[in-house]
Amino acid sequence: MSKIESLPSFEQYRKALDSERKKYTATVSVCGGTGCHAHECVNVFDAFESEIVHRGLEDSVELKITGCHGFCEMGPLVVIWPQEIFYKQVSPEDVPRIIEQSLLGGKAVEDLLYQDPSNGGKILREDDIPFYKKQMRILMDMNGKINPRNIDDYIVQGGYTALAKALFELEPEEIIDAVDRAGLRGRGGAGFPTANKWRSCRQAKARDGIKYVLCNADEGDPGAYMDRSLLEGNPHSVIEGMAIGAYAIGANQGYIYVRHEYPLTLENLLTALDQARELGLLGVNILDSGFDFDIKVSVGGGAFVCGESTALMASIEGRIGEPRVKHIHTAERGLYNRPTNLNNVETWANVPLIINRGVEDYASIGTEKSTGTKIFSLVGKIKNTGLVEVPMGTTLREIIYDIGGGVPDGKTFKAVQTGGPSGGCIPESLLDTPVDFDRLYEVGSMMGSGGMIVMDEDTCMVDIARYFLDFLCDESCGKCVPCREGLKQMQHIIADITEGNASPQQLDLLKELAWTVQETSLCGLGQTAPNPVLSTIRYFEEEYAEHLEEKKCRAGVCKALISFEIDPEACTGCLRCKKSCPVGAVTGEKKQPHTIDQSQCEKCGICLEVCEYEAVIRK
Amino acid sequence: MEVNFSPTLTAIRKHGIGRSNLIPILHEIQGEYRYLPEGSLRSVADIMDIPLVDVYGVATFFTSFSLRPKGKHQVTTCMGTACHVRKSGGVLEEAKRFLGVEPGQTTEDMLFSLETVNCLGACAMGPIVVIDGKYHGQVTPAKVKKLLQDVADAERVPEYVEDRVAAVL
Repeated sequence: MSKIESLPSFEQYRKALDSERKKYTATVSVCGGTGCHAHECVNVFDAFESEIVHRGLEDSVELKITGCHGFCEMGPLVVIWPQEIFYKQVSPEDVPRIIEQSLLGGKAVEDLLYQDPSNGGKILREDDIPFYKKQMRILMDMNGKINPRNIDDYIVQGGYTALAKALFELEPEEIIDAVDRAGLRGRGGAGFPTANKWRSCRQAKARDGIKYVLCNADEGDPGAYMDRSLLEGNPHSVIEGMAIGAYAIGANQGYIYVRHEYPLTLENLLTALDQARELGLLGVNILDSGFDFDIKVSVGGGAFVCGESTALMASIEGRIGEPRVKHIHTAERGLYNRPTNLNNVETWANVPLIINRGVEDYASIGTEKSTGTKIFSLVGKIKNTGLVEVPMGTTLREIIYDIGGGVPDGKTFKAVQTGGPSGGCIPESLLDTPVDFDRLYEVGSMMGSGGMIVMDEDTCMVDIARYFLDFLCDESCGKCVPCREGLKQMQHIIADITEGNASPQQLDLLKELAWTVQETSLCGLGQTAPNPVLSTIRYFEEEYAEHLEEKKCRAGVCKALISFEIDPEACTGCLRCKKSCPVGAVTGEKKQPHTIDQSQCEKCGICLEVCEYEAVIRK
Repeated sequence: MEVNFSPTLTAIRKHGIGRSNLIPILHEIQGEYRYLPEGSLRSVADIMDIPLVDVYGVATFFTSFSLRPKGKHQVTTCMGTACHVRKSGGVLEEAKRFLGVEPGQTTEDMLFSLETVNCLGACAMGPIVVIDGKYHGQVTPAKVKKLLQDVADAERVPEYVEDRVAAVL
């Protein structure tokens, strides 16, 4: 790879790549996202590699490991182009059959195709699967088509043309104006208009002329992983977006702040940056435009609060990740006290799309005040777990039922949690709420970064509130009193409720504390921390009442309020539960009904799990 | 002059002594030792001219750093929301009971360290337990017990070896 020195040679480079790739008659793409990695997709890739070499097909079949396709439930995924045949749960043993039948024979391997759960029919193409059909994948589109560690894949698909257009055809103000008219709002959670941020950073005076653009890839919301998938599967879209933003703002240095829990993302990102530098798409005088820009990567240390802008900047500077009061905006004084603009991964990835598709086209997607698409990670008690990209304004019901396939195992839907620890739980009655920034806020939740956790009848809403409080107490940085102490007191009350030790009056105290924490905390983490508690009280007050008054947990989750018993009629005396009980609470002889000693039982539920005769009952 | 190639000094040489390099340097040292030894923190503070209290502050603020040695096998339970609603709590309880330690601790024989993580971003497989870098999906309390038992069994010293040791001693 050698440096591309000018715009004409960039176009030449792309054309050369295009014609070089015409030699391939087929492409095999193996999904290499973290989910598929966990399903050991690497073995599948290796099997393809050796089989292709073995049959001498290297010159006609292109093999690549790509980013996340989103349908993690069905991994490892393999797609055969150009027919777009979609195979799920592929094992290395299936590889010879796929090559034989699909690559050489042009036919599909029936048993590896996705089966439509509604009518049992086999589905050939990825786009026709119900999970994908209702999605609009413009950000995730390239994820399944490119190898994130090969910049040429991105360039062949039209990558870096938006940057070229920005540098050679647009003035910085025109870019900000375009982002403004496109209506782009920050995908990190609060939905602040991106152009406003850029404009104030552009206008801010830097004492030494240095400004920064930052990318927040510290995806800390548990249950949300769309930023990881984007950065891991298509790092160049984020790099390109940042370069365009930096040009618009007048910055020459960028930082990407990545969670250390995402090792694969980090590897892919560092490779992508190296390749962009080698080609001269980052560095000094990019494509002879006179614009210099480079990006450094900063790795986090596992602190949720570092997703907050000022805490993130402190962490990049090598200090403790504590937020500060923002009476002076970071657009004026941010990283190293210089004007700084921070956007999250998904926001940056939208920027090249706006330039390439044009403002009108982009703004036509979504709703009037929330334009474009949003990626959600649809997880929890849902049939089709995975990443879902839909136009803003799609209803929760469409996402959960049409795309997600609803709740599995015949259970009833109870709530969907959005917005992570800052968001709230939305009940069944509000499922027709269109998902956009403002409507989610109205119903007491928020968009957050896009986690969507589905809960069924087996989920206790008080326990969920407790879960988030435990999380937030753990992650509170401790700088301000309301968050540090207030959350702790709320945690005590919630613990009392789940353990059956609380009086009904304590619920009022809990609410009062929640409002105080909301109003008086220093940063966004504290101000939104009570949301999970308040939203569960708002929509599921009857469950709180049951815990408080009847000392009952209808979902059977709160340990202090449940017990396990053995039905002597159903018990065959097989000894299985007795052997499995970790504390020896089960007694009984072989072929005689067993009993559980309640004073010893720790309510771990292992007996229920191992019993094959449904003799263990949870009360 | 004799050059000291200790991991600590190598990390500092690689990243440089600017304050912004502190976290990457600590990551590197931890990668080498699996924890941050006191001596390393002192060297870092001295060489980089950062007050020891600040180095200690950063090393204790971020959850990925540990000041205590880690065991041979790393067991991590994901406590993300998706795993939680699929009952990862019971899985953690069982892991705690089996190992006899709380999250963040290491067993006395230095074989196992138990950790929790807020989300691994592989929610489709939840509840997830990672043992020595390998992801195990759809884990139940009974399954985690078996997984840990298998690792413990593989570590068990055969009786005839123990007998020989006893005989010689």
